[in-house]
Amino acid sequence: MTPVLSLDSAFSALADPTRRAILARLAEGEATVMELAEPFEMTQPAISQHLKVLEDAGLIVRRVEGTKRPRRLAKAGIQAMDQWLSMLRKALEKNYDRLDKVLATMQQHKKEETR
Amino acid sequence: MSKMTLKTEGDTHVVVTRRFSAPPEAVYSAHTDPKLIQQWLLGPEGWTMPVCINEAKRGGKIRYEWTNGKGDGFHLTGEYLELEPYNRIVHVERLHLPDPTPDNHVETRFDAEGTGTLMTMRMTLPDAQTRAAMLATGMERGMEASYVRLEGMI
Repeated sequence: MTPVLSLDSAFSALADPTRRAILARLAEGEATVMELAEPFEMTQPAISQHLKVLEDAGLIVRRVEGTKRPRRLAKAGIQAMDQWLSMLRKALEKNYDRLDKVLATMQQHKKEETR
Repeated sequence: MSKMTLKTEGDTHVVVTRRFSAPPEAVYSAHTDPKLIQQWLLGPEGWTMPVCINEAKRGGKIRYEWTNGKGDGFHLTGEYLELEPYNRIVHVERLHLPDPTPDNHVETRFDAEGTGTLMTMRMTLPDAQTRAAMLATGMERGMEASYVRLEGMI
């Protein structure tokens, strides 16, 4: 299986906070549209619209179960989330790298004062 | 080698650890002195914090305002619950995007380790759903929510 994922559509799908929240919810397991709509305080049509964008981007897949169409993360969706999160994780690490420099300057000043 | 670790704990916690080569006094100050905070708590490249209010005392207020200089911005407000210089800070905070996110209760410890410091930040969210939403949406801003370790979620 070769998940052909358009990074452009994946990233534009990920650019919306509600869709990222949906992915985070699906990361915990399969869910129906109703289950997805409930915690987000959104109407089902609104959620369905977001789900369509995520599906078109190859981030989630649907299954048929009677009248239900539960969604789950596609493998490509997991990889895209992974990429997204590592990007943001880098932003946090950047904060702490900057803090390292601030601390080094503080220590330097302290040394100069006690000299 | 990454000095930072982050993991989810139980249903509602996120724990971040980071080692610094400076002693706890310095790391604590860098978390409570506005002039120092403005130099590092900035997230992605290009963002600045023009407003930094940090009243480091019990009940003291926190307000950070970020901007990217292109008209985008958001802010965070919070209150201090407990401060034990230079070992421990407990505060609550919320992002305004512009609607406020549910309160994030944060305990930050600064433990001496050799000549350096081991910082442990333990965040507690009201429920699992809020944590998932924070990890997914708050991270957009490259701030506190950037702590997720994906293995903890999938």
